[in-house]
Amino acid sequence: MKSSKFFPITLLIGLVIGIQILTQLTETTYYLTQLTMAAYYTLVVIGLSVLMGYAGQISIGHAGFFAIGGYLSAALTTHNLFGLQEHAVVKTLGQLGMLVSGQDLYGEQLLTVAPWPACLFAIVVAAVIALVLGVPVLKLKGHYLAMATLGFGIIVFRIGLATEFFGEADGISEVPAFTLLPAIAGFPALSVSGDFGNRAENYYIAWALLISGMVLLLNLIDSRTGRALRSIHGAEEAAEAIGINTARLKLAVFVLSAVFAAVAGVFLTHYNGGIGPSEASVMKSVRYVALVAVGGMANLWGVLIMGVTLTFLSLRGVFGTYDDAVFGTILILVMLFAPDGILSIRGKALLSRLKKNNA
Amino acid sequence: MLELQSVNKQFGGLRAVDDVNFSVQEGVIKAVIGPNGAGKTTLFNLIAGNLAPTTGKISFLGQEIQGKKPHQIACLGMSRTFQNIKLFHGMTALESVMVGRHIRSRAGFLAGMFHPPSSRKEERAIREKSFELLELLEIAEYADVEATSLAFGQQRAVEMARALATEPRLLLLDEPAAGLNIYETAEVARLISRIRDMGITVLLVEHDMSLVMDISDEIVVLSFGRKIAEGEPLAIQQNPEVIKIYLGEDEELAA
Repeated sequence: MKSSKFFPITLLIGLVIGIQILTQLTETTYYLTQLTMAAYYTLVVIGLSVLMGYAGQISIGHAGFFAIGGYLSAALTTHNLFGLQEHAVVKTLGQLGMLVSGQDLYGEQLLTVAPWPACLFAIVVAAVIALVLGVPVLKLKGHYLAMATLGFGIIVFRIGLATEFFGEADGISEVPAFTLLPAIAGFPALSVSGDFGNRAENYYIAWALLISGMVLLLNLIDSRTGRALRSIHGAEEAAEAIGINTARLKLAVFVLSAVFAAVAGVFLTHYNGGIGPSEASVMKSVRYVALVAVGGMANLWGVLIMGVTLTFLSLRGVFGTYDDAVFGTILILVMLFAPDGILSIRGKALLSRLKKNNA
Repeated sequence: MLELQSVNKQFGGLRAVDDVNFSVQEGVIKAVIGPNGAGKTTLFNLIAGNLAPTTGKISFLGQEIQGKKPHQIACLGMSRTFQNIKLFHGMTALESVMVGRHIRSRAGFLAGMFHPPSSRKEERAIREKSFELLELLEIAEYADVEATSLAFGQQRAVEMARALATEPRLLLLDEPAAGLNIYETAEVARLISRIRDMGITVLLVEHDMSLVMDISDEIVVLSFGRKIAEGEPLAIQQNPEVIKIYLGEDEELAA
């Protein structure tokens, strides 16, 4: 293994730990909340970067996959099946140990799907939808693909908004904590939740997930499959001529990026304790596209850095009520002045570009 | 190994390829020539699967391949280059050739993400084999240079190395000398002969007569989509029909 490839990963891990210690020392641990959320959102963005930057297929519908993950996991872990407990399906689920019972705030009996099966179900559904959607849609190119994926995103948004099961305009709240690992052998349980006491723990869970995702994608790009992916972007006809089944490969990446989005959706929903229709909105999808573009499209590190930074600033409320407008503007400016991403800008090159544009 | 039987391709009212029959024997260099617009590139696209013939049969190694997708045909052992070079952006020369090993290697998505020892071994083999091909085409010194920034002739060589990386039985070369000067053309001619000597059958479309006459074992001449002659270079050079389409008709003779 080339050590150079993973040196930045080591650096990043150091940075993540450093920041946590720093916030502890300066008693500014509240920053960790936004850093946790930013890590989850960036997981969507790095997945999309592989689809857009490397395979060259745009999607303006990835908030849809995020929402499918988040909504399904939220709905399954909150809907009370107590009244249905005699139903055959519910019984089977119970026998398989996939249900948890409890009591709500008012002492009422609750019977819901446990987070782990809910999470897996949500991710599988997102993957299947990506597969079914991808088969026809990925035959399209450029603007047409953009329109089709945009349409998909709008459908998911409207379904969330119109379905009682998904809480309509209110979304779903009181989503329980997601216990990843139960307490064993003296170690405390590891769970995804928004409790203040779990702040540092959740910060590490989110970043561990993001960094693992990053390592997997970096590996993928630097492999036989990754080269084939990049070849599609470069010259699809030539890729076909050397035996690469471009249609299947595009579909596979589409599903992979949808799974990344859905995983992020599930985790963030349990972390926030709820999800609302805004997570599925078109502006969210546009934001993901903007972040991929700012990061430099086919540049996973650039995308990670810009994704975390801008999402963190946005979550801190730095852009105020202009939040969406800021991301729209960023997208325009990047396309005009830095099509290879912000990190590729060098002062002189930018000046000459400006001059050329004015001339 | 390759056989075309009454192959037709119509674009609207235009018969771009009109009832063409010929076959390519294993181990030869065969050239398809003809004036501009004779349907040479269309014919190539039909063979490689980029287009499907309107009617007719194309068989390769005993299998009918008309209507198959290019990647399926490539897997059967046919590879091609393009008239207007199609290289992958952002890849070095070596990486470009490594992509050509795709159908000769196996690592999938999961292996790509987790890099198990088996795929690391495969990756090393891909790299070595690709480097050998660059050496064969005498461009190994540019292995780490971005392919699209190389000189034209070198880009051609990268494209050929990429096609060879698939270990084809039949190599299709679409105007391999287009845009090259006479020295580079001679160089390409030498390379093509060497490829044939490796046991790879070559079918090429070409404009440049010197190249074709020097290296081909057999030549097919197309004009307006029809085959007007087929034979050895010497016979083709003396064929009155061929002279007519290349040099124009002598008015007295025609009269």
